[in-house]
Amino acid sequence: MPRTDTAPIISLSGVSKLFGTFKALDQVSLDVREGERVVVCGPSGSGKSTLIRCVNRLEKHDAGEISLDGVVLGNTRASAKVIADTVGMVFQQFNLFPHLTVLNNLTLGPVRSRGMTEAEAETLAMKYLERVKIPEQAHKFPRQLSGGQQQRVAIARALCMEPRVMLFDEPTSALDPEMINEVLDVMAELASSGMTMICVTHEMGFARRVADTMVFMDKGQIVETAPPEIFFTNPESARCQDFLQKILPH
Amino acid sequence: MASFPRSARWLCLIALIPALGACSDRWGWYVVNPTTSSGWTNLTFLMSGLWYTILLSVTAIAISIVLGLLVALPGLSKNPFLRALNRIYVEIVRAPPILVLILWVYYGLPQAADIEISVFWAGVFALALSDSAFEAEIYRAGIQSIDKGQYEAAQTISLGYVDTMRYVILPQAIRRILPAMGNQFVYMLKMSSLVSVIGMQELTRKANELVTAEYRPLEVYSILVLEYLVLILVVSALVRWFERRLTEGEAR
Repeated sequence: MPRTDTAPIISLSGVSKLFGTFKALDQVSLDVREGERVVVCGPSGSGKSTLIRCVNRLEKHDAGEISLDGVVLGNTRASAKVIADTVGMVFQQFNLFPHLTVLNNLTLGPVRSRGMTEAEAETLAMKYLERVKIPEQAHKFPRQLSGGQQQRVAIARALCMEPRVMLFDEPTSALDPEMINEVLDVMAELASSGMTMICVTHEMGFARRVADTMVFMDKGQIVETAPPEIFFTNPESARCQDFLQKILPH
Repeated sequence: MASFPRSARWLCLIALIPALGACSDRWGWYVVNPTTSSGWTNLTFLMSGLWYTILLSVTAIAISIVLGLLVALPGLSKNPFLRALNRIYVEIVRAPPILVLILWVYYGLPQAADIEISVFWAGVFALALSDSAFEAEIYRAGIQSIDKGQYEAAQTISLGYVDTMRYVILPQAIRRILPAMGNQFVYMLKMSSLVSVIGMQELTRKANELVTAEYRPLEVYSILVLEYLVLILVVSALVRWFERRLTEGEAR
C-alpha cells in the first residue's frame, strides 16, 4: 500500500512536451507516492510512454516541473544523480545488449556506474536472475532466449541498479501471447514486494490485480485518475468509458 | 577455415601462368630463377621490400583506426559545431589523391612546419591521414546503424558517454563494419606502393630498381603482382577469421 504520510517520490506538475507541433503531453500533473503502483492506459499516441520517459529524462519536457525524491529534474548534476540512484526502466523492445551474455548485461551497470567489483556484481546479478526465475540462462546470449525470458532479463538488469522506482513502458506489447503471463507474474511479484511502479500497459487484468491507481490518458492529457475498483466499474469520463469498452473482454 | 585452402588453390592456378609463360621465348625467367645465383639474388632483393610494405601498412592502419574513430565521434554529436568540424575534416582530407598527399607531406610539410620527416613516417602519415577520413565515414555508418534503444538502455543503467560507447555501442558497431574495414585494409596495403615515389624501400620500389638494372619488366612486375596477391589474400583471411571470432558467441 502506498504511504500517504510522506511527500510524493515522483511529482509532475503542469508538464508539457512537444514533438514539433504535436503536443505529446499537455499540462500533465501526477503525484506518485513511495510504494504506489500506478498503471497508465489510453489509446496509442495519448502520451503514456512520453509521460514515463520524461520521468527519467529519456525525453526532456518543455514546460512544467518534474521532481524526483524532492529534486527538480533538469540539466543539472543533482538531477542526473537522482535519476541514476532512483529510477529503473523496462522497455517494450527489451533493449538488451545483444553482444553480451545475460550475466554481463546485468553486471555492466553495477560495475561501470556503481563501482562494484565483477564478483560483487555477479552475486547481485544472480540474485535478481533467481528472482525473475531464470538463473540457468546466465551464460546465454539474449538471442538464445525467448521473448518472455528476454524481458525478464531486462527487468533483472534494471533491478540490479537497485532502483526505488520502476518504470515499465508497455513491457508485454512485443511478446507472443503465451509469454505475457510469465512477465506479468514477475511484475506482480515485484509489486507485492513494495516497489514503486509506473506501468504503461494494456493488460487490464494485471492492472486490476496490481494497481493502486489507474491513470487514463488521451491526447496528451490525464483524463481520469482513480483506484481500479472505481475506474473499471464506474469511470467518470465518456472518453474513458469508450476506451474501456473497446479493450475489455465482453 | 574453408576459404583459405580455396584461396591456396587459386594461388596455384595463378602461379601456373608464369610457369606456362616460361615455355614461351618472350619470357626471360632467368632474372628470377631461384636455381641460379644471380636469379636468387634478384628474388631475395625483390622480397626484401616485404618487411617495409608490411610495417608501413600496419602502422598506417593502426593509426587510422584510432584517428578515424576520433574523427567520427564528433560527427555523431548533437552539437552542430562538432558536426561541422567532422564534415570539414572528412571533405578536405579525402579530397587529395593519396599520391598527392604523400608528395605534400614529404616535400611540403617539412618546409611549412620546419621539421624533418623520414620517408617512412611521411608515408605512414600520408596514408593514415587519408585513410582516417574513410574510416571515419565507416565508423559513422556503423554507429548510426545501432538502434536508439541501446543508448536508452545504457542511459537507464547510468552509463556515461564513454562507457556507453566502449561497452555497448562500439562492440556492436565494429562487428557490423568489419567487412568494410577489411576492404579498407586491403586498399591501404595497395596504396602503400605509392610511397615508392619518395624512395621508400618497399616492394614496388625494389621492383622498379630491379627493372632498371635488368630490363626485364614483364618478369619482375609479374613477381610484384604475385607478392601483393599473397599479401592481400593473407589480409582477407585474417579479417574473416576475426569476423568469425567476433560473431561466434552471439550466433548460436
